[in-house]
Amino acid sequence: MEKVSTKLKNMTDTNLLLTITIVVFILMYIGAVLFQGKGFTKPQAFFNILNNNAALIILSCGMSIVMITGGIDISVGGVTALVSMCCAVYLDYHNGNVAVSMLIALLIGLAYGLVQGFLVAYLDIQPFIVSLAGMFFARGMTTIVNTNPFNVENADFVALKETRIIIPGMGSVNKLGKYVDAYVEIGVVIALIVVIAMFILLRWTKLGRSFYAVGGNKQSALMLGINVKRTKFLSHMICSTLAGIGGYVYFLHVGSGAATHAQGAEMNAIASSIIGGTMLTGGVGNIIGTFFGVLSLSTIKDIVSSAGLDQAWWTGITIAAMLCIFLVIQSVVMARKKRAIRK
Amino acid sequence: MGNQALLSLKGIYKGFPGVKALQNVDFQLQSGEIHALMGENGAGKSTLIKVLTGVYTKDEGEIFLEGQEVSIRSPQDAQHLGISTVYQEITLCPNLSVAENMYIGRSDDMLQNWKKMNEGATKMLESLDIPAKATQQLGSCSIAVQQMVAIARAVDMDCKVLILDEPTSSLDDQEVQKLFKLMKELRGRGVGIIFVTHFLDQVYEVCDKITVLRDGKLVGEYEIKELPRLQLVSKMLGKELDDLSDIKSSDASGETAKQGEVLFEAEGLSSTEGIKPFDFYIRKGEVNGFTGLLGSGRSECVRAIFGADRVVSGSMKKNGKTIKINKPIDAMKNGIGYLPEDRKIDGIIGDLSVRENIILALQVMKGFFKPFTKAQANAFADEYIKTLSIKTASADTPIKSLSGGNQQKCILARWLLTHPDYLILDEPTRGIDVGTKVDIQKLVLKLASEGMSVTFISSETDEMLRTCSRMIVMRDRKVVGELTGEDLTQNKIMSTIAGGEAKS
Repeated sequence: MEKVSTKLKNMTDTNLLLTITIVVFILMYIGAVLFQGKGFTKPQAFFNILNNNAALIILSCGMSIVMITGGIDISVGGVTALVSMCCAVYLDYHNGNVAVSMLIALLIGLAYGLVQGFLVAYLDIQPFIVSLAGMFFARGMTTIVNTNPFNVENADFVALKETRIIIPGMGSVNKLGKYVDAYVEIGVVIALIVVIAMFILLRWTKLGRSFYAVGGNKQSALMLGINVKRTKFLSHMICSTLAGIGGYVYFLHVGSGAATHAQGAEMNAIASSIIGGTMLTGGVGNIIGTFFGVLSLSTIKDIVSSAGLDQAWWTGITIAAMLCIFLVIQSVVMARKKRAIRK
Repeated sequence: MGNQALLSLKGIYKGFPGVKALQNVDFQLQSGEIHALMGENGAGKSTLIKVLTGVYTKDEGEIFLEGQEVSIRSPQDAQHLGISTVYQEITLCPNLSVAENMYIGRSDDMLQNWKKMNEGATKMLESLDIPAKATQQLGSCSIAVQQMVAIARAVDMDCKVLILDEPTSSLDDQEVQKLFKLMKELRGRGVGIIFVTHFLDQVYEVCDKITVLRDGKLVGEYEIKELPRLQLVSKMLGKELDDLSDIKSSDASGETAKQGEVLFEAEGLSSTEGIKPFDFYIRKGEVNGFTGLLGSGRSECVRAIFGADRVVSGSMKKNGKTIKINKPIDAMKNGIGYLPEDRKIDGIIGDLSVRENIILALQVMKGFFKPFTKAQANAFADEYIKTLSIKTASADTPIKSLSGGNQQKCILARWLLTHPDYLILDEPTRGIDVGTKVDIQKLVLKLASEGMSVTFISSETDEMLRTCSRMIVMRDRKVVGELTGEDLTQNKIMSTIAGGEAKS
């Protein structure tokens, strides 16, 4: 017991919360396999979680970075919808080029980051208010660009959307006795690259460490010689750019434009970050944790739906319960750690 | 200017609207010395520090570092020049590791080299004998160690001047000793240290020189050996030792109370705010007071009595019966009233009317679900507005639009309304005009003559001498003496505050 408490004491808050997240995810997945039966044992079940949530993973990475810096950005869902719609309209109505549509997505994200970052960092406006306005603006703009939802039929785009990356050796035999390869979509590859890139950014660059410092204590960070304003600005820049990329990955997954796309995605991103051990108060968090946070959130959703409780409210209630349990576990562990330190 | 002076300030002026915070202040620091900067609150210590660290810009004057004139416009400027400051509040990031806190924000490299950083930090921590691991999260270190890490950061940046702004106020004795050891070590390396503190004992333990400021002006610079404590205190307070004009002018309250029975008694009381356990009693109809320099624990004592801070040990008796006070409401139910030190934060509720502010305490005691009728409330308010002659347009006026003195009277009315038999007044005369000050003092004496016991605290010793018949003297969060009768003089108080050598 003593050994455990000293170990606990020497762990950083970030690593401690990360450990909790990973342990809980593994337990949950084992639980899902045990109680929900065969479906979860197939590798493809896991890959489908990735396929369906690649966009959310990217959005959550950005969200974690702003949250670590002590801010929040609730515009990412709106940006996703806006990106989908703009790209859809460009590809189908203007017979556009796929590469250019990617550029459009990136530019929308960059523009959002520029404006929101400027307002938050240099004019010192609450990030919640700024991104709330950003969210309304994005949703409004989406409808202005095109009111009706529609599926994209651009041939190049559809080909890209249908591209499947086969994972060798992970396939399974289906009901008809035929061997089916396991696959992931392109979006998953992008998401994994983003996760790795953001992990490196947070761990091994001065900028990444500045995010933590500013989130930990703004005043101290200033005294330590960090450019607090620039750091905050860049955190929003990264988050919104990732929202642009995530938006395109979402678009690639659903293949349509609609004003109602990614409804509540920002809340899922916040929930994933929190489950992943990022604290709303800032200064604590980890991208790997966020990645597992997204997986946990979607595993829970899958468990709920495969248990036949497919209605939206059941999902909502389970997610709420899970968030509560997570926050309680986190605060209990943190309190224990504080007590251990005091001794 | 001494040719080897490390840092020298000449003729510094700094004003704020309506206040001259610093007037023609000179200051000199040699390398390898620990220099205490002393003065009461408002003397200009912190303004001087802030000018030196670039938080404020000076209005006039020159700053020389190693003989060369420098201009300091921001904390970063100061850091680059080798002037580092460790504040009372830790200005590090608790969520980062010890090593990161020592190195972050210091270079423009893109990448973070953890290995190199941890090695450098470990070396520095070892050489300064700081009991922390480089990879440990800062928040898991004790406050003292955090402070030392801040110092280690400063040392690692090759600082020439290290400013310690009240670093010891949240440390316990052992931690203070560790800090002192570190300070002496740095002195040996030739660093000039400016040490700001309220604790006299600490000054005499580590410092080489003292510079005293008072009311924004330089009083003088002294070698520590040439300035006995008593003189230091008198220089800080600005009272000459042989100033006899301050003899107690009114002895109205005095003698009658001496025989009264003990109303309230406390034994071995101490709170989480770090005061040493103290005993205390007050008789019926007596006015007594706590005195001592700022930060000596005056307010903490009465806050412990009232239950405003968490009491950790000790027992209390009222009228011979043991009582338990865990929170203010317990004290109120036992007939104890407390007028807090900071009127704006702990006292008034600015947006409520004068009437509501006055009946607040009584309402709390009665319970919020049994409100007074409007007529009752008005009657209470009008009564006290009249007896205390509170100048207000009406009882409905929001209290924040009243002057400081009148606000204070309202708070006083709030407590008088609960008819306490023991009233604690913590700095009731601070920041109000002279007329009201006199009113309040008179009121205190009148209440005492009617049988109420009052504890009166004020930074102005004159006021206390006029009102109190017994004074408890505090130093460094300890009760160090008690003065009554003929001993109640300015000189005696000062010598008791200075302690130690005055007796010998």
